[in-house]
Amino acid sequence: MYEHNKAKEETELFLNNYFRVIKAEEIPTKQIPEIKSSPLHYRYFIEIVDNKKTGSLSLLTEEDYVVNRVVYINKNIEGAFVVSSGKNFGAFKGVGFPEDISKFFMLENYKAYAWTAHNRFPTNTPGWWGGAHPFTLLDFSIVHNGELSSYGINKRYVEMFGYECTMLTDTEVVAYLVDLLVRKHGLPFKTVCDIFSPPTWDVIQNMEDIKLKEYYKTLRIVYGSALLNGPFAFIIGFNGGLIGLSDRIKLRPLVVVESGNTVYLSSEESSVLEVCDKIDRVYHPEAGEPVFIFYNDYKGE
Amino acid sequence: MNSITIDALNLYYRELNFKIKEAVRKEGIKKVIIKNARGQRFIGTGLKEKDVEIIIESGVPGNDLAMFMDGPTVKVFGNAQDGVGNTMNNGKVFIHGDAGDVICYGMRNGKIFIKGNVGYRVGIHMKEYKDMIPSIVVGGKAGDFFGEYMAGGIGVVLGLNNDDKPIVGRYCATGMHGGVIYIRTEKVPTYLGKEVKVFELNESDKEKLKSLIEEFCQEFKEYKAEDILKSRFIKLIPVSKRPYGRLYSPGNHFPLPEENYFSNKKIDIEKKYY
Amino acid sequence: MKFTFSLKPENFIIERDDERCIRCGACVQQCAYNAHYYLEEKDKVLGINHNCVGDGRCVAICPTNAIRIKQAENPYRPNYNWTKERMMDLYEQAENGTVLLVGMGAPTPHPVYWDKIVLNASQVTNPSIDPLREPMEVKTFLGSKPDKIEVVFDKNHKPEIKTRITPQLELEVPIMFAAMSFGAISLNACKSLAKAASEMGTFWNTGEGGLHKDLYKYGKNTIVQVASGRFGVHVDYLKAGAAVEIKIGQGAKPGIGGHLPGEKVNHEISVTRAMPEGSDAISPAPHHDIYSIEDLRQLIYSIKEATDYEKPVFVKISAVHNVAAIASGIVRAGADAVVIDGIRGGTGAAPKIIRDNVGIPIELAIAVVDERLRKEGIRNHASLIAAGGFRNSADVIKAIALGADAVYIGTAALMTLGCHVCGMCYKGICNWGIATQRDDLTKRLNPEIGAERAKNLLKGWKHEIQEMLGAMGINSIGSLRGNRLNLRAVDIHEPYLSILGIKPAGA
Repeated sequence: MYEHNKAKEETELFLNNYFRVIKAEEIPTKQIPEIKSSPLHYRYFIEIVDNKKTGSLSLLTEEDYVVNRVVYINKNIEGAFVVSSGKNFGAFKGVGFPEDISKFFMLENYKAYAWTAHNRFPTNTPGWWGGAHPFTLLDFSIVHNGELSSYGINKRYVEMFGYECTMLTDTEVVAYLVDLLVRKHGLPFKTVCDIFSPPTWDVIQNMEDIKLKEYYKTLRIVYGSALLNGPFAFIIGFNGGLIGLSDRIKLRPLVVVESGNTVYLSSEESSVLEVCDKIDRVYHPEAGEPVFIFYNDYKGE
Repeated sequence: MNSITIDALNLYYRELNFKIKEAVRKEGIKKVIIKNARGQRFIGTGLKEKDVEIIIESGVPGNDLAMFMDGPTVKVFGNAQDGVGNTMNNGKVFIHGDAGDVICYGMRNGKIFIKGNVGYRVGIHMKEYKDMIPSIVVGGKAGDFFGEYMAGGIGVVLGLNNDDKPIVGRYCATGMHGGVIYIRTEKVPTYLGKEVKVFELNESDKEKLKSLIEEFCQEFKEYKAEDILKSRFIKLIPVSKRPYGRLYSPGNHFPLPEENYFSNKKIDIEKKYY
Repeated sequence: MKFTFSLKPENFIIERDDERCIRCGACVQQCAYNAHYYLEEKDKVLGINHNCVGDGRCVAICPTNAIRIKQAENPYRPNYNWTKERMMDLYEQAENGTVLLVGMGAPTPHPVYWDKIVLNASQVTNPSIDPLREPMEVKTFLGSKPDKIEVVFDKNHKPEIKTRITPQLELEVPIMFAAMSFGAISLNACKSLAKAASEMGTFWNTGEGGLHKDLYKYGKNTIVQVASGRFGVHVDYLKAGAAVEIKIGQGAKPGIGGHLPGEKVNHEISVTRAMPEGSDAISPAPHHDIYSIEDLRQLIYSIKEATDYEKPVFVKISAVHNVAAIASGIVRAGADAVVIDGIRGGTGAAPKIIRDNVGIPIELAIAVVDERLRKEGIRNHASLIAAGGFRNSADVIKAIALGADAVYIGTAALMTLGCHVCGMCYKGICNWGIATQRDDLTKRLNPEIGAERAKNLLKGWKHEIQEMLGAMGINSIGSLRGNRLNLRAVDIHEPYLSILGIKPAGA
């Protein structure tokens, strides 16, 4: 996403320096009266060149390499912002009503196995196109309802590992935490959810299963700075499906609705009704109880 | 019959509620049937007409259903969301399904019957004053913090659905300082608030419970009151009306002497100062 | 087990001129803290220094002026860190393991920026105005204003407004009485303020205590409050007032709930709040139906829905770090006014540690909120009301010049009723009949006289505001609102100058 042409020129120079750009094109959009002004949207299909000159891949994994470049662009190129940096994965962000943004990006032309949609109340940070949900990094996306009271320490925690929170919004940090814990630390999603919304100490204290007790205790001791405090319910999208999670005392709602082969995760049951005629089952997860929705062919944990 | 049916599909909540109010207040309609509710908030909010019935036949009504309501009866044939009966003053609500979090927050009077489960923080700060005794009957199970800060009224959890979840979540009745909770269970739930004690039901409890369960079964016909009443119930009541009386201290101040030595001497000082 | 290691010094020393004392017993009878007693065998009236809270009641009442109250000296070894107060607090907690409770606003030495801000006056280049003889308008409207209106001319060429403005509160003086519940203060105190507000064309606020039946008649000058305990909240109550205020926070205790101890909940309070007598009235820390800004919108609109969109809805928050962003969210959530209560705001009871350490000064909060709302182009959509330790009319006018539409006064209002800021409100035995529910004490406050005195204060401040406006050459308060050019700072430095958006004096 570019706010002006200069940002585009600078970014393209940067991309050509560090990647081989296989295809570059403008993202198709439709000008509609409801959207008064919009930034430029381009997409690039790129490949990493193992090149001595750029030092690529000599020390870093492919993912780290991409993450570093994404962080660089967001931080250093004024007016440029990477909306999405994943494979088989797209994100559309905008300032406006959801239906208008959907028209603007002509979403009717896209097909996907999983979609997440989010409409944000414009507060705390004034609306700008990059600030809309989802927040993404590589193949992770996150949409979030709520506010993290622990943002200050979550931010400083991920920054220790080389991430930079540039957008002054709490949701961004969750994307980095997921990337850190899943990709870099190699933790299963279940554990990541247990780190985000762990049981309270009194519950851990009373656990009869010694191993489980040790498990939670250790998570809390080691990953205390990654605990997400305050009200939240979020949906993480990744290449194996979707994960829903709410905070550990359920200050935000989350409801699971099943309809045939489709599963919906939502804040309100009534909003699912808007897009789904037949509801087979409604399920209210408990506080901090993660909801995993994996594609049938997903092999991970 | 004096009724009206409103199709709520594509109606904004303000339009829908305006229509309901117009029908009830201007046209004297006694029964409002709503089809295709799509999360419209505040249905029945602030209505005072006692003999009015609002029936949500299909769809899901939005948050704060029957908030501040003061008389009417609301029935939902399906699930309801968060905030049902928020600060409700009177009337009845029947939900033929589950309901969400924070049901009957600060409720002052009236009755709420829910066939299925309820979410977290149900019955927070329900109140009671003389014959204004609000009550909620949950047919299924309740999440954490059931009856938190409860200051009055009656909360009943029946746990009629068979799943392996506990009948009430953790921290049930925490901070409770008035009212009573009845739970249909053999064993005492864990993590009860430390402000309550568990008791057996006495005759007057059984009477109160009986009338509520009969009303519950009258609406939700698949259940029989006799069967439910055969089960064992426990009663939770607060140990003190003042749970935090000893948490605070007066700081730099000293206990008062027991007796005012001079209190029997009459003096007329009102004249000098008002 | 009760043992005391600590020396517990008194805070005040009661001096009595035995020659003057006529043994009338007034002080003994009047002091609910039992700081005076009569020793019959010696026919002497004696003081118990430890019990004295320094509220001045005995001094005011003594017919022969025989009593003097002096501050007790520090008996401990002087130490900058371990002041007498800190040591006494610590000893108290060592004995009881409790949370220390206090009343009234924070006496902590956080800077009071009002004292470092000075006002402008006209000299030569434009004339000052004499408010005694020329028009001087301080009328203020609170509520949401549209960004623009549509005007058409009818066939007689008369202009007509097509835009419907949402309901507004009309204030004859931009000062209102802050939320103090019937419970925190006595019914007589409520009556005094309600009557004064009615007669002065301004508003008083019920706090979270419901509206006593005797006060319904002041409805059109009443702001009814909805707080987390929802005491006394029902449709008739919401409709009884001129506006509804949702209380999220209070300057003296941001993020903390309320707690009216059971012994204060007598018959009248139990009727008004619809709760049993003698039961604690606990207000949860949050509204349990507001866990996010979207939920706030939901509560605002549920109230609007219940009142048929006829009442403005205010939202009151305490001034905290992120106050500008929060206020912006509140305005976008549909509030007609944002009320901000600063760190010096008063309270009937709050944990001392919270009152003295949480929140930010109101001056900075007004400045950043007004600026933020203007930057986002939504300042018109809501009024801004400031509260928290306003001491005189200069504080008020400076707040308005910084950007507030109106202010709330609480402590100052109570002082008109006799309050001497002893800070013992939470004990419920206020000698002045204000922060108490004990019949023998509340009857000391005559609501007729109380109303007169509260009215006098508003009259005086109104007049002073007019004088200050006149001196600046401004004859309508609207021209001063947010007009920061009329303010200058003395001894305020960066970054606070830029936060306040004012220039240093001389510039």
